[in-house]
Amino acid sequence: MSHMSHSTHVTHHTDDSKTTLGFFIYLMTDLVLFATLFATYAVLRNNTFGGEGGRELFNLPFILVETMLLLTSSFTMGLAMLALHQRRKTQLLVWLAMTATLGLAFLSMELYEFGVLINEGNSWQRSGFLSAFFVLVGTHGLHIAVGLLWMAVMGVQVVKRGLTGGVVRRLGLLSLFWHFLDIVWIFIFTFVYLVGAA
Amino acid sequence: MKPSLQSYVSGFILSIVLTLAAYFIVVDDKLSTGAVIFVVSSLAIVQLFVQMVFFLHIGQESEPRWRLLAFSFMTIVVGIIVGGSVWIMTHLDYNHLQSPQQTDSYLREQGQKGF
Repeated sequence: MSHMSHSTHVTHHTDDSKTTLGFFIYLMTDLVLFATLFATYAVLRNNTFGGEGGRELFNLPFILVETMLLLTSSFTMGLAMLALHQRRKTQLLVWLAMTATLGLAFLSMELYEFGVLINEGNSWQRSGFLSAFFVLVGTHGLHIAVGLLWMAVMGVQVVKRGLTGGVVRRLGLLSLFWHFLDIVWIFIFTFVYLVGAA
Repeated sequence: MKPSLQSYVSGFILSIVLTLAAYFIVVDDKLSTGAVIFVVSSLAIVQLFVQMVFFLHIGQESEPRWRLLAFSFMTIVVGIIVGGSVWIMTHLDYNHLQSPQQTDSYLREQGQKGF
């Protein structure tokens, strides 16, 4: 009997790490998607069609605050994972809520930035540069929105089902996803905003 | 780094320092544009590795290290896509013998004439 339960445990464990590997490979293909958008942006960034370029359009202090919010949310997601490993449900929920709040603040700031640009007549229809900019930054924002939805679902599952095997596994994948988006943002911050303003 | 409070705190502090360093190098505007781009890109690469190690714990999985392998392969793919596109397209611009601004005004003229 004890042998039986041991072998079930082992099978269960390998299934989990297979799932994580599968999700990690999805993240790597997502990385290729972002790479093509980065390449498009790099090629089109000087094609402003007579309009203003990144140096005039980007509000760097505003973007720095956005970056700090996302960076902190990645950290609080890490703390949520630590609480998960220690099976502290309330702590986990608090850090998860904190991460979601920071993520929501980040997304709101990004949408505000888009709103300002569009109101000033600098929408994606203005130039090749702005098309590439909106697609690259917007795709990242869309991923953040999906991450926030996922966080809300996980919050409900933790409350309703408790820390079952499936819930723990999905929370692990969610944290991978969130850290990945933070890394992609570092590259957007550097190559779109900082290099654009340099 | 195994997931621990220490790994997350170190990763967080390092990331903030690297982000602020890159930001102030651009805002101060004391270096030449080429130098700024080089330094800021290097800081981003360093931060990539900081977050891979301290947040994603890459290289800490048990053998065989499929995640590390997948990541290394994707790095090559991304390098080819981004580096290759920029390389080819700058050559195209060069062979085009017109600056983007000249191309813009040409297109604008043609647009006014109507196609």
